[in-house]
Amino acid sequence: MTGKKKKDINRMGYLFVAPFVIVFLVFSAYPVIRTLYLSFTQYKGFGEPVFLGLANYQRVITDPIFWTALGNTAKIWGINIVLQLGLAFLLTIVFSDIKYKMRGLSVYRALFYLPNLIAATSVAFLFKTLLDWQFGSLNQILISAGLIKSGINWLGQPGTAQLVVAVIGAWMWFGNSFIMLMAGVQGISKDYFEAAAIDGAGRWRTFASITIPLLKPILLYVAITSLIGGLQLFDIPFLITDGAGAPSNALNTVVMYLYNSAFKYNNVGYAGAIAYLLFLIIGVVAVIEYKVMYRKKED
Amino acid sequence: MARNIKKTVLHVCMILLSLLCLFPFLLMIVNATRTGNEIMTGFSLIPGQALQDNWETVSGYFNLFRGLGNSLLIAVCSTALTAYFSSLTAFALAVYKFKGRNVIFTGIIIFMMIPAQLGLLGFYDLVNALGLVDNYIPLIIPAIASPATVFFLRQFLMSTLSPALLEAARIDGAGEIRIFHKIVLPIMSPGIATMSIGAFIASWNSYLMPMILLTTPNKFTLPVMIASMNASQDIVANQGAIYLAVAVSVIPILIAFAFLSRYIISGISAGGVKE
Repeated sequence: MTGKKKKDINRMGYLFVAPFVIVFLVFSAYPVIRTLYLSFTQYKGFGEPVFLGLANYQRVITDPIFWTALGNTAKIWGINIVLQLGLAFLLTIVFSDIKYKMRGLSVYRALFYLPNLIAATSVAFLFKTLLDWQFGSLNQILISAGLIKSGINWLGQPGTAQLVVAVIGAWMWFGNSFIMLMAGVQGISKDYFEAAAIDGAGRWRTFASITIPLLKPILLYVAITSLIGGLQLFDIPFLITDGAGAPSNALNTVVMYLYNSAFKYNNVGYAGAIAYLLFLIIGVVAVIEYKVMYRKKED
Repeated sequence: MARNIKKTVLHVCMILLSLLCLFPFLLMIVNATRTGNEIMTGFSLIPGQALQDNWETVSGYFNLFRGLGNSLLIAVCSTALTAYFSSLTAFALAVYKFKGRNVIFTGIIIFMMIPAQLGLLGFYDLVNALGLVDNYIPLIIPAIASPATVFFLRQFLMSTLSPALLEAARIDGAGEIRIFHKIVLPIMSPGIATMSIGAFIASWNSYLMPMILLTTPNKFTLPVMIASMNASQDIVANQGAIYLAVAVSVIPILIAFAFLSRYIISGISAGGVKE
């Protein structure tokens, strides 16, 4: 084959990537840049945006509702991540144990993943109904089991409402984290485990010295994806509270505040500033996560 | 012996955890067949007789079949676009050497890490300017550009496609477009299946975007319909109807999962191994 012909063939690459590139530029790249531009303007969603410079950003960082929403999001995400990763980690320990050789991994894995498949709208309505303090099944079960005397208003008090949302999130996502961690364990060469067994390393020693260090890249991946997802928390609290973030604003999250600013109060420029500040915060926390996980290596 | 006991205990824990994952769905299905009154007075795992009444309450407010149809239309179209164009893009990035290839690949990696909310306002503004609010086009066409799918399929192709095969086809006189359709697509099909199931579920379950874009109730997707239940006193007063509406949205996914769980899980595992 001549060099010229080869070059012609390579030109086909342009044709093949063209649809992707055009749609990507129009519907992905442009909106991200447009949001950035709008965040420097006063814009109601119609008419011409009026340039304001950094005024929106100054307002957001002095806005108590923004900080409340950020605090709520962080608190819910914090509880959620401990439960979700903790459980996924425990399950990984159990299923990767060389001595137990637990069976049924594929069945359990599928069952644990199931809650993640259901639309957040359906999950929110299901739990909203199950947790209703007067008529919900959970209180009825707890009362008939004699654990409580009268119904707990799960979604009516700030503390329990945040806990409920965190637990629902963990319920939805622990299976996903478990599958990823388990895929990581299965990717570790058996030789390491056999060598450790020959050297007489016990279960915990093997786990601490081999499994965890070799799982680090995946742990980091799981931690960062759940951070990006978690700080964008929206659907469940939005639907459970009919978009209001009640009780006492305890379920107001950053993305909910962003949504309400843009689509309820038509303050699109301000919402744009919230979007970019959130992005900045996610970026900073992701870098911290990365540094913490890889700190020991550098020592 | 001691090990067997421990193992049994662990299995019991696993079964309990599995039940915890299934129990809310079980309660949902049972409660969908009970009257509002029965549900208020106590919980039960024995189905009731009110399935039809509940169905009539729900139907009096919205047409769930319409919602199912709308969701299906959008999910099928966007999944087909994602599958076809992601394969095409992945093939081009893996095989051809052309200027700008690395720029495109870098763009893909960057946009895999950018949270979706960052483009939300600009996207709505664009759709509004194009006069496409309350239209399915902005819910379907953007599926042509799915960076994560392209990334995954490119990795998949690099490990499965041999350059010799392409050369042989070229010597036989096959054009590049024909090579893609007749040789590359079949090779990629396991990867495409995995990514398509994920894309379908994501579209089927998506809430924020259709909620913002759709304004005519007839065009609502199932999640948007479900979310609009709060507005109906009839339904809020009858919890059985709420459970039934949620059950209708959940059961297709449960059935699909029963057949496809293997592919779904291999898709997530791939996400974990790619690092």
